[in-house]
Amino acid sequence: MLELLLHLFLLLGLSPLLPGVIGKTKALFAGRTGPPFLQSYYDIWKLFGKGLVISRTTTWVFRAGPVVGLAVPVLAALLVPFGAISAPLSFTGDLIFFVYLFGLARFFTASAAMDTGSSFEGMGAAREVTFSCLAEPTVFFSFIVLARLSGSLALDTMFGPALYTAWQSAGPSLILVVACLFVVVLVENCRIPFDDPNTHLELTMIHEVMVLDHSGPDFGMILYGAAMKLFVLGALVVRLVFPGSTGNLLLDTLLFAGGMLLLAVVIGLVESTMARLRLLRVPQLLVGTMLLSFFSLILLLR
Amino acid sequence: MTLLFAAFFLFILGALLAVIPGRTAARAATLLGSGSAILGCLFGLIAAGQGLIAEGAETFSLPWSMPGGAFSLRLDGLSAFFLLLLFIVGLAGALYGAEYMKGGRERRRPGLHWTWYNLLILSMTLVVTAANGLLFLFAWECMSLTSFFLVINEYDLTEAVEAGWTYLLATHLGAAFLFAFFLSAGALSGSLEFASFQVLSQLTAPVASGFFLLLLVGFGSKAGIFPFHVWLPDAHPAAPSHVSALMSGVMVKTAIYGLLRLSAFLPVGPAWWGSLLMAIGIIGALFGITMAALQRDIKRSLAYSTVENIGIILLALGFWMHSRVNGHPLAAAFALAGGLIHLLNHALFKSLLFLGAGSLMHGSGSRNLNRMGGLMRRMPVTGLLIVCGGLAISALPPFNGLIGEWFIYRALLESGTVLSGLAGFFPLVLIGLLALVGGMVLIVMTRIIGIALAGEPRSPEAAKAREAGWPMGSAMAALALLCLTGGLMPVFLLQVAGRAATLIDPSAATILAGTTMAPWWLGIMAILLLVCILAAYLFLRWRQGRTPVPASATWGCGFAFPSSRMSYSAESFTELPQSAMFCSCLQPSTEDGREIGFFPEARRFAFAAPDPMLTRVFKPFFRWAAEVCSGFRGLQAGQLHVYLLYIFSATILLLVWVGQR
Repeated sequence: MLELLLHLFLLLGLSPLLPGVIGKTKALFAGRTGPPFLQSYYDIWKLFGKGLVISRTTTWVFRAGPVVGLAVPVLAALLVPFGAISAPLSFTGDLIFFVYLFGLARFFTASAAMDTGSSFEGMGAAREVTFSCLAEPTVFFSFIVLARLSGSLALDTMFGPALYTAWQSAGPSLILVVACLFVVVLVENCRIPFDDPNTHLELTMIHEVMVLDHSGPDFGMILYGAAMKLFVLGALVVRLVFPGSTGNLLLDTLLFAGGMLLLAVVIGLVESTMARLRLLRVPQLLVGTMLLSFFSLILLLR
Repeated sequence: MTLLFAAFFLFILGALLAVIPGRTAARAATLLGSGSAILGCLFGLIAAGQGLIAEGAETFSLPWSMPGGAFSLRLDGLSAFFLLLLFIVGLAGALYGAEYMKGGRERRRPGLHWTWYNLLILSMTLVVTAANGLLFLFAWECMSLTSFFLVINEYDLTEAVEAGWTYLLATHLGAAFLFAFFLSAGALSGSLEFASFQVLSQLTAPVASGFFLLLLVGFGSKAGIFPFHVWLPDAHPAAPSHVSALMSGVMVKTAIYGLLRLSAFLPVGPAWWGSLLMAIGIIGALFGITMAALQRDIKRSLAYSTVENIGIILLALGFWMHSRVNGHPLAAAFALAGGLIHLLNHALFKSLLFLGAGSLMHGSGSRNLNRMGGLMRRMPVTGLLIVCGGLAISALPPFNGLIGEWFIYRALLESGTVLSGLAGFFPLVLIGLLALVGGMVLIVMTRIIGIALAGEPRSPEAAKAREAGWPMGSAMAALALLCLTGGLMPVFLLQVAGRAATLIDPSAATILAGTTMAPWWLGIMAILLLVCILAAYLFLRWRQGRTPVPASATWGCGFAFPSSRMSYSAESFTELPQSAMFCSCLQPSTEDGREIGFFPEARRFAFAAPDPMLTRVFKPFFRWAAEVCSGFRGLQAGQLHVYLLYIFSATILLLVWVGQR
């Protein structure tokens, strides 16, 4: 019960901080002051209080996009250990459920975008489903590496205490897995080099263009859901990099929160130093990542 | 058994009664034909349910004058499993067809259509209950012929007739292999009774492999496994939608039934049988879903998705065979359960989607995705049910599609995470490829939903579309409800699959009976997901308040006069995956005059994605065969005395041959 509350508290309370930290890092790099750390909280809060306008073309599918986009990361978070805090829900084979759960969110986000009838949003939807399709095998391969190392098919154990010894026995594989999962975090959360959240042209966007017609509480839920998705997927990477446990719940929580903030800084660094890839280069990079993750698996197979 | 005979009687009665009213009283013919099919399916459902619950098998035997045994039927767990899906889909199809056949092009010959429909269900029932080789072949041929007549229902359309001929040719070429199997099996065992086929388990490995390959090709051509699928994307869309549902949902599965039933008589084969099935399965899955993404015809797209799903089922069954031989009973049990559950699920959601596609065609008057659009507003119930089917087929929670795929993944993971070296390599590659297929299914389904249901109407007919009536709606709703039930209560699915598994692999069935935790967890997660979605929805309602939501135009980037011609089309949706992921041999042929002149001119753009196997392999082969055979045309002189000479010399040769023996 404590784990469940702590999980929900960390997820709901801390997740909007990540976009704030990313933004601040980017601003520092560009020599600007940048928006405050808590800017995402302000945005979400303001949007929840605002009115709503919807397109005449749309149906319930359009409204379902944000709802599912918010519900899915919450449920997915319960399957993932936050640092040394173990997951409230765990069963053998939950990694399959985890991957397909995000598929559900993608299905509804893309369908909601198509529902407006705008060709820009259609473009975004097509890109999103294509890129995620290529990222899916990478996720599976990375998870299998951890499953082999821990001898379990539950996310909680795969990202559990066994990681610590796994780093000593299979370091090279795990380094590749960290790199691959980091790429997955970037592509699934539409960060540079795959997508630029701050671009000003609808033609070049992926995720942002899908949500052009959402407004008010709908849009607030999308922002919140996106922040939580970043948090959940980021938590996997953070756990891989900080596999240990101090034995003290408070210290563990602080360590995890610190890790998440560090991850946000790293994402900010990547965004500041890299340019966005050309659209047709993205699938190539994703296939490359897929092969890399498979290579990490081969290292274990010998 | 009595109930099953009652169902037989009703199907025959319906088949006879439906032709009597003739062309004039279409309404009466529809009432009689669909009514008896519905009643028969209800009786059959009870019989199938009893067969699933009861331990052991019910048999029936009646001596007949045909060679090779008696008219014998057998109803056991495996038969009952396939009867279950046959009667569910048959029932929904009959209910749906009662309305569907009233309007549109199909109106003219409902009587004859219902005759074939009743006979098709009857022959499929016989196929899965027959316990005699001759009876099986007889029912198999009846199934092929009745479905052929249903495919050419619109016989004034060239494409329907062409599709029908391709189908008839493919299915008979396949049947030839089955004849070869039954004749040699009958010669070895002395009888065509299935009970006497037990002696086949004494065969040596090479002979058994020969038998297995005969079965694989024979049934594979019916199941639409790669590369024998070429008839399927033409034939399934040409039939009326409820028949497409029955063909895609059930008829292709009868071939899987035949493969399971008859290969169970063979000795447990070497590992390469399983590897072969897995290879064919995964290639078929990737090929099918790629082609599905390229079709602008909604029913063709769904038919290719059937090729993909058959591939997944075959992959699971192949992995079951492979693991069983290599001594991994747990992985084998999960693979078998995954294959059977996916088979059942696919029957449900694919028929739902075909029925939904039929309603969309009914509404918009076209099968072309680019002529639909905006149908969710105009046909809300159909739209909602198609979204349910789309979620189920993409294996997304909380629907049933995930359960089957979960077991398949689980089986692959069980051996992939334990084995090392090459033995562990292949399951792991398969996991990655299966994940890729899963991602592509999502592309295909968001494309169908996004282009057909969402957005603005793309044609005047689509703008005037109206919702289907209650028979069509309730048939689809029942299937959607079953899909949801399967997702929330996976235990049922596992138990049903376990009953079917008892017959083909008892040890797997024992393991599955002990696996109770996994399905419960999946069900709980699905319910939790619904709770989370409900909570998010209530939160939104609370923030939105009671004020009505103002509606405005979609943001058009400042463009003032958007039209539906500018919205994303079915081809543009897959342009990115097509250019980035698909290999060049699958590329569609496009033709556009895109030269740039000084003044704007009329432009045309053509897009076609023909089946590469058909155009590059089968068509050239048959053309070559026809050329070779045309050399023999000289034999056909057209003069009676020459033919008499042929008969005379053939008789002499036969006499010589008999004398030699």
